[in-house]
Amino acid sequence: MMFVALKMLVGDRLKYLGLVVGLAFAAMLITQQASILVGLAHQTGSFVRDTSQADLWVMDPEVRFSQDSLALQDTVLQRVRGVAGVEWAVPMYQGFLRAKLPDGSQQLCILVGLDDATLMGGPPTMVQGRLADLRQNAGILIDEDARKTKMRMRRGGDRGLEVGDRLTINDQDARVVGTYRASKSFFWEPVVYTTYTRALRYAPRERKLLTYVMVKLRPGADAAGVAAEIEQATSLKARTNEQFAEITANYILKETGILVNFGLAVGLGFVIGALVAGQMLYNFTLDNIRHFGALKAMGAGNGTLVAMVAVQSLTVGALGYGVGIGMGSLLGKIVGDAGLAFRMPWQIPVFSAGAILLMCLLAGVLSSVRVLRQEAAVVFRG
Amino acid sequence: MTTATMDTPRKPDALPDSRAPLAVSCRGVTKAYGQGQSKVMALRGVDLTIACGELMMLVGPSGCGKTTLISVIAGILDRDEGECGVFGNDFAHMSQRAKTRWRGSNIGFVFQAFNLLPTLNAAENAAVPLMILGEGRHAAVKRAREMLDRVGLGDRWKSLPSQLSGGQQQRVAIARALIHGPKLIVCDEPTSALDHETGHVIMRLMKTIAVAEDRALVIVTHDARIFGFADRIARMDDGRVERIVRDPADLQT
Repeated sequence: MMFVALKMLVGDRLKYLGLVVGLAFAAMLITQQASILVGLAHQTGSFVRDTSQADLWVMDPEVRFSQDSLALQDTVLQRVRGVAGVEWAVPMYQGFLRAKLPDGSQQLCILVGLDDATLMGGPPTMVQGRLADLRQNAGILIDEDARKTKMRMRRGGDRGLEVGDRLTINDQDARVVGTYRASKSFFWEPVVYTTYTRALRYAPRERKLLTYVMVKLRPGADAAGVAAEIEQATSLKARTNEQFAEITANYILKETGILVNFGLAVGLGFVIGALVAGQMLYNFTLDNIRHFGALKAMGAGNGTLVAMVAVQSLTVGALGYGVGIGMGSLLGKIVGDAGLAFRMPWQIPVFSAGAILLMCLLAGVLSSVRVLRQEAAVVFRG
Repeated sequence: MTTATMDTPRKPDALPDSRAPLAVSCRGVTKAYGQGQSKVMALRGVDLTIACGELMMLVGPSGCGKTTLISVIAGILDRDEGECGVFGNDFAHMSQRAKTRWRGSNIGFVFQAFNLLPTLNAAENAAVPLMILGEGRHAAVKRAREMLDRVGLGDRWKSLPSQLSGGQQQRVAIARALIHGPKLIVCDEPTSALDHETGHVIMRLMKTIAVAEDRALVIVTHDARIFGFADRIARMDDGRVERIVRDPADLQT
């Protein structure tokens, strides 16, 4: 009888396609919005993940996200170095500073100052120049993508910033000595790397300027244990890379309303899909109610009829899901290539499949109830 | 108004052939729709017997209870009171599941509007009762093609209902009603959608292949042109069997 159910389903091509398209749209909306949300969440932690040489970040207890620069006393660095299990600990400066490009235009940047001796915490991939070039006079590294976009000079030739170009940061001389490529970041401002000492010179004069202490653990040391010891010794907060990225993501998603907005979009996808699928499948069942009645009269039991409705709803669900995931992935590829946030871990297709399955079950239950309530005697009515 | 029963000696037409076993035996069957003020009595104590090998027609004005009666006989509607046995089985004593299974195995239906599934071809439509009984699609369709051969549609087995004339669709419906070898065939206005000539062809077909010694045929009809095919005709009115005759001409008296 499942053959009969499928033939009933595909026979009415317009309704069949409508059902598949409706569910595909829902699956695509859920998948795409959820993937963008996950992509954005991931991007919030990209700076932390890119700085993967360290195992722990030591910071002010009130820090809410990776760009929330709350300064520490310089003495913290020595105290951290004194904790058992610490292989090395280096300072990092991070702050928002205004850069003035050679053409006179200005750009707010995130200035990161790396430990002069080790240059630990630098960008993951160099494109032009070397990390060690930071030791050159007034040397800075700029983002390869940002130099062509956010740091593009519209006046005087309309060109991207090049290695060798001179600019000022907070009215101090700086020279591009290299470019790097990093993961896409949620934060709009481009990250500019320099040495810690030079960063302190660029930064406005303040009593405290150390932002983070980056810690490498000794081999075999327990990250949680060392973090606890650092916290006890310094009264600061110590977190692993993943913990810090997660703290950042949670804060950004909650405080910016992104979670609510994208959550609503995902919910909307579910509601639209459920309504479209539910109504169309129910209408499809109503259109065929006489045939279901005839099958009932001819001896098809309730179990058979429910199974037929289930096969119909699950078939359109599976097809709609497949098409929707395909469209969502394609869209993701397009927006991903364009540099927008899109990340689809395996959990999203699984979540989407669950949502579509739930829609189909709801629609199937509604239709089944109608079929079961249908009197077989309807077949004798004109 | 009189109620005809097999026990009324003054009306021999009400009796089936006494040597044949009974296919249907209804006594005092009542059925009401709705409740309270809106209650409508569709059957008011129907007595009717149909023997094996018999073609019984139920006639009467619209709303007289014909359709309700065949629904009760076929087990797709529960009666309120009375007794109704079909080949010795009383649906009132069967579970819904058992009733459905028994109906699927032992009753064939021919509907006024054919009720063919528009997306199945003729053979697949005719094979539906076998598939309901659990037979595989290929085997069921193969048997359906043989049955379509018997009703003269062997060469049209691939056609969709929309590609067949009304008469051809009704032949497919007859093939579907017969394919699983049911004991009782219930037809609702089988010729009302057909022209005179096609109606006669269909009735000849049913008379030839549907009526057998171990089987009975009940036809609800308004179509006086086919009364001549009946072994007996039960005229119903106001929820009762008013009269049973063997000769259609006797309906006028």
